[in-house]
Amino acid sequence: MKENVVTLKGAGKSYDNVDALKSIDLVLPEGEVLGLFGHNGAGKTTMMKLILGVISASEGDVSVFGVTPTSQEAWHMRSQIGYLPENVSFYEHLTGLEVLTYFTRLKGYNKQDALALLEQVGLSHAHNRQVKTYSKGMRQRLGLAQAFIGNPKLLLLDEPTVGLDPIATNEFYQTVDQLKTHGASIILCSHVLPGVEQHIDRAMILSQGKQLAIGSLADLRAQAELQVSIKPQGVNGAVVEDSILSKYWSEEQKMLLVPESAKVTVLRKLLEHEALNDVSISPATLTQLYQHYIGQEQPNHILRESKSTGGSNE
Amino acid sequence: MNKVFIVANKEFHDGLRNRWFVSITLIFAVLSLGLSYYGTVVSGSIGVASLSSTIASLASLAVFLIPLIALLVSYDSFVGEQESGTLLLLLTYPISKTQLLIGKFVGQGGIIALATLLGFGTSAALLSYQQGIENVAPAFTLFISSAILLGLSFTALAYLISLLVNEKSKAAGLALVLWFFFALVFDLALLAVLVGTEDVISQHGLTYIMLLNPADVFRLVNFAALDATDVNGVLAMTIQTSASPAQLFVTLLLWVIMPLTIANFIFKKSKI
Repeated sequence: MKENVVTLKGAGKSYDNVDALKSIDLVLPEGEVLGLFGHNGAGKTTMMKLILGVISASEGDVSVFGVTPTSQEAWHMRSQIGYLPENVSFYEHLTGLEVLTYFTRLKGYNKQDALALLEQVGLSHAHNRQVKTYSKGMRQRLGLAQAFIGNPKLLLLDEPTVGLDPIATNEFYQTVDQLKTHGASIILCSHVLPGVEQHIDRAMILSQGKQLAIGSLADLRAQAELQVSIKPQGVNGAVVEDSILSKYWSEEQKMLLVPESAKVTVLRKLLEHEALNDVSISPATLTQLYQHYIGQEQPNHILRESKSTGGSNE
Repeated sequence: MNKVFIVANKEFHDGLRNRWFVSITLIFAVLSLGLSYYGTVVSGSIGVASLSSTIASLASLAVFLIPLIALLVSYDSFVGEQESGTLLLLLTYPISKTQLLIGKFVGQGGIIALATLLGFGTSAALLSYQQGIENVAPAFTLFISSAILLGLSFTALAYLISLLVNEKSKAAGLALVLWFFFALVFDLALLAVLVGTEDVISQHGLTYIMLLNPADVFRLVNFAALDATDVNGVLAMTIQTSASPAQLFVTLLLWVIMPLTIANFIFKKSKI
């Protein structure tokens, strides 16, 4: 059985009576990649800090590798965890190699390991240049190299692809897949929704410190009852006449918007038409899912706000 | 490798790299050589001044320069890393806050200590060449070691500032205020009280009040060992009754340990 690397039970954090994070439940097994999505200030970074043991939870339980991350026992676990903070700027006057050597030494490794990591992220050509001469993408690669020190069993990456060009982004996701196959669990925080889908096992959507949804993309799609868009070609006239297909036809978008449950029926029906020469099927994207859950949250949120002002003693 | 040593090594090399070390050493060396050889110009003659008046001028100079430099080197030590995000990152590493603080202190304190030793050591070396090492060594040992403690004390105070504020510019401002207070305002205020009132503060009491300022403790250590004729001002009054050099050294040491301990306490309590 796979071990659970991270477990959060009703975990929350409040600063001076402001809830940054409220009752989060999460189980992250070994080798799983979790995507963490939400607006700025939704509590993504706070959640990462809780898992890292930099801050302690004001409510609920946090367990990483079976121990509370702020406790003494968690000390030696720290070299097993890699973290890439958002917007980190490394010591500008040091060279890339010097920066990385400092961090590798602090984790108990040496300069050779630092060189190998720089090679891995494609920075070996610039390792003797000062960080202040680096481009944004190069700095991000340096940050990633730092997070990869010692092949961590748990990786927390806050906006890892910001500033990376498409090729570098692709390379980054390849590395993520590689680490995953080696059994590392990864929490990926990102604003950039397209492209993330195929690399995550599950997604969690946060808003205002609250957990709106968690599950695999398929689960979330089913839960949200978002439609699959099916775009047939060559049969437009026939579709409108067909009693079953016409129900789903959207005239403005020139495609069929079908609930997940009716997908196969509709496809069978379409294939009966001789004139059909092509068909493209696209399930709801992560962006659509995200918008669905966030959109759902907004009205509720206003309601809750007015309630909580009434009962602030709770 | 020990975590404290890794941090200390990095901070020390940072000090060497951004030329703090070279500049401080040069400033100290030039000034101390100048004072040793041309200190008598003001009294109308050119030549080597007496040892005690040399030490007196060096101490009056060091008491302004060393705290200022120590504060400048260290004021952004924590707030700077907090602003750039590396402090948060370091705290997720297997290194404790105390280890990080001590490591920084050893590294940056090392820069100050070595610069003081080399800078003032050059004039000590030249003077002992002329006047014989047995005459020069005791006074200069006292002077240099107390100067190093003075520097370390202000490094620790700089950490306190760096941990109390969350903006680099505020830390810089506060560091200047602190320097101004300990180097100038404290003595002026004390003098004003002495002149303006009668018998409010006894000679003994005065010494104790001066122990509340690390810069004054440094002055007391050095001037107590000199001929009283070379010293004037508030200090002249206190010299006769002042505590023994050993007691003063312990006080100066406390001025290093206490701010560092408080800084460590604040660091541990701080929320990043």
